[in-house]
Amino acid sequence: MISVEDFARDAEKWFADNTPRDVDFMLPLTFMEVGTDQQFEFLQNWQRQVYDAGFLGAAWPSAYGGGGLTDAHQSAATKIMREHNVPIMMNTIGLSWAGPLILDMGSEAHKNKYIKGILSAEDIWCQGFSEPEHGSDLGNAQLRAVRDGDEYILNGSKIWTTHGHYSKYMILLARTDTNTQNKYAGLSFILTPMRVPGIHTQKIRKLTGEHGFTQTFFEDARVPADGLMGAEGMGWKIAMKTLEFERGARGGQAGGFSVTEPDPLEILNLARESGQLEDPVVQDDLVDFIIEAQALNLNGQRAKIGALVRDNPAGLPLINKLTKSEFAREINQYALTLQGARSAYYVDEPNAVDGGWWHRAYLNAFSATIGGGTSQIQRNIIGEHVLGLPKST
Amino acid sequence: MGVDVKAMGRLGITEEQVTFMDIAERFCRDNSSIAAVRERMAGEADVDSQALNSLSEMGWFGIALPEEYGGVGLSLAEAVPVAEQIGRRLMMVPFIPTTVAAQAIAAGGTEAQKRNYLPKIAKQGGATLALSEANGSFALANIDAAAQETKAGFILSGQKILVEGLADSQILILTAKLKGQVSLFICETQNIPASARRREILIDETKRSYTLQLDGVTLPRTALMDSSKAKAALQRIDLAANLLASAEQIGAAKSCIDYTVEYLGTRKQFGKYIGSYQALKHTTVDAYVGYEKARSLLYAAAHNFEDQGKGEIATRMAAVAAGRALSFAADRAIQFHGGFGFTYDCDAHLYRRRAIFHDSLFGNARWHKKKLASLLFN
Repeated sequence: MISVEDFARDAEKWFADNTPRDVDFMLPLTFMEVGTDQQFEFLQNWQRQVYDAGFLGAAWPSAYGGGGLTDAHQSAATKIMREHNVPIMMNTIGLSWAGPLILDMGSEAHKNKYIKGILSAEDIWCQGFSEPEHGSDLGNAQLRAVRDGDEYILNGSKIWTTHGHYSKYMILLARTDTNTQNKYAGLSFILTPMRVPGIHTQKIRKLTGEHGFTQTFFEDARVPADGLMGAEGMGWKIAMKTLEFERGARGGQAGGFSVTEPDPLEILNLARESGQLEDPVVQDDLVDFIIEAQALNLNGQRAKIGALVRDNPAGLPLINKLTKSEFAREINQYALTLQGARSAYYVDEPNAVDGGWWHRAYLNAFSATIGGGTSQIQRNIIGEHVLGLPKST
Repeated sequence: MGVDVKAMGRLGITEEQVTFMDIAERFCRDNSSIAAVRERMAGEADVDSQALNSLSEMGWFGIALPEEYGGVGLSLAEAVPVAEQIGRRLMMVPFIPTTVAAQAIAAGGTEAQKRNYLPKIAKQGGATLALSEANGSFALANIDAAAQETKAGFILSGQKILVEGLADSQILILTAKLKGQVSLFICETQNIPASARRREILIDETKRSYTLQLDGVTLPRTALMDSSKAKAALQRIDLAANLLASAEQIGAAKSCIDYTVEYLGTRKQFGKYIGSYQALKHTTVDAYVGYEKARSLLYAAAHNFEDQGKGEIATRMAAVAAGRALSFAADRAIQFHGGFGFTYDCDAHLYRRRAIFHDSLFGNARWHKKKLASLLFN
């Protein structure tokens, strides 16, 4: 096996040579921001190149299309990707949620069928958890799946389906039993093909004005029953495991740079360029942002040091999503206040500061403070699961 | 920009830190219950002398002192988990002033002073600090106390406030201006008559401190520390004190949050545990998140403490976060205990008072942020 050092050296050279620069349209910071076909095709192609070069899924088993190396190899490559600030790996739901879940508990057939396409971005994945009437109350999902021979017949609707119209597969939370005492016990988790009769998507326009996700409608759609994960009734448990992958509380993701996190240096540049870095009031605010950024960075490091988390081992992983998403919202929001009169402008306006990047980043930041469990739900989870406070419902 | 924000520091831990964490966690828990602390608060003694003796016996005052001066030969990073656990149990021992006084001698003492005092401190503690003055300034060099040279040594004038651990100390590290220069002296406490000491009334009743009248106090020539190292010693005092005070506050924040969570899970109103109400739950989570962030910054400060530049930034960041974490957790702890929170019997005010006390020594958040702005942006 190639040493981590040699692998990192290869990655360094490859990303130095191959990272696309001077892209003449705005690149998404996260997979949720992919709003145009141009962005989608560019990122799909880019992920394919990175996978072909061996720097994505390096730790996943080679039998299914992974690199067959170790987490240390992939971490080294991911770090280099971050340092080069490369475009993101856009098939995030496959790479970070569905893929690790399939490797963890999927059948041999699932692994053979799905893993390689996740890595190469040939098969885009989406998630069907939230419903129009059931967002935060995920356990109350009502989309019906009725078994009919070796198929399920699906009826209902899912919403906030990121990449819904681009996706080949969906991880679907569906109700297979409506007669359970406990609402959670009637749920099942199904790997569902999207391009079948009876499933159609309708684009939703985001607060940014762009498109990024869809509402997905299911009308007597027939999908293969072999997509069932685990057994019927296990859907809630598997969905919770998926959310742990999503929130980074559980490892095994394909790796790769998938979210451009706010860099406090960027906001310092903004303050400097607008001549406000000498203003003590601004400095006072910026110091707070730098302390916060450093604390979140250190939380990530400390989570890996057993002796420093033994009072609350689940604490740091569970606060990760809340703190990082709220920080991104706050810092991007603050950036607008450094733009004076030009803060009035939005994307595509020639007078806009940085082409309106900050405005878009601020509005898009809500995708992470709302999606994957709102910050308010996160506080419930932390309060109940880390601190042991009584349940709110 | 003065500092590369991206390279601000990594987090790591030593085996010795873990060992001290283990021992201190058990020792402080078993020897400083809140009931016992409350008894001592009401008593006359300045410190928990039994605990203080144990600290000496366990060698905790020598943790960060070199072996050649009788110390354990480790660093302040290993004193951090000790201060954290002492703070967690509000243990009434002057661990911080004594450890910092020893650091001051190690950084700015003459060779003779180091040989004379450090082995004694490592073995039995007994050293403290007399730095602050009635002007209330956090700048350690902003002082009016003065030393006049005489044939035999020096004669002092002026006043010091917030001198902790006085009754149990043999020596004080004292600042005074000598020919206009801020200088450090090692003053034997026996030179300060009882009439020159006045016990102060502190917000934090688990701490004891004194105002000292220095007028007429004489010191021998040998009391003057190395003038060429005075600036470095003051910086050492400032940062070491802030590192350990952050640890104490973070330990106290942990207890305060545990105490609040316990109440939220036992007290019922309108037929429900009050911890099930999100107004209380979410705010308590915010306090907990503040604690975790501060603790990450603390152990990064410990890890990077000896690194020129990085160490100061990391320490001041930890100090900002630690002060805020304890202040917020304790402020909300009072509120969330309702009517009981307004009483002396509720422990919440003990933690709130502790945070206010720490804000009074060696800088509060505003002070540190101003320093950070200058370190980061100039």
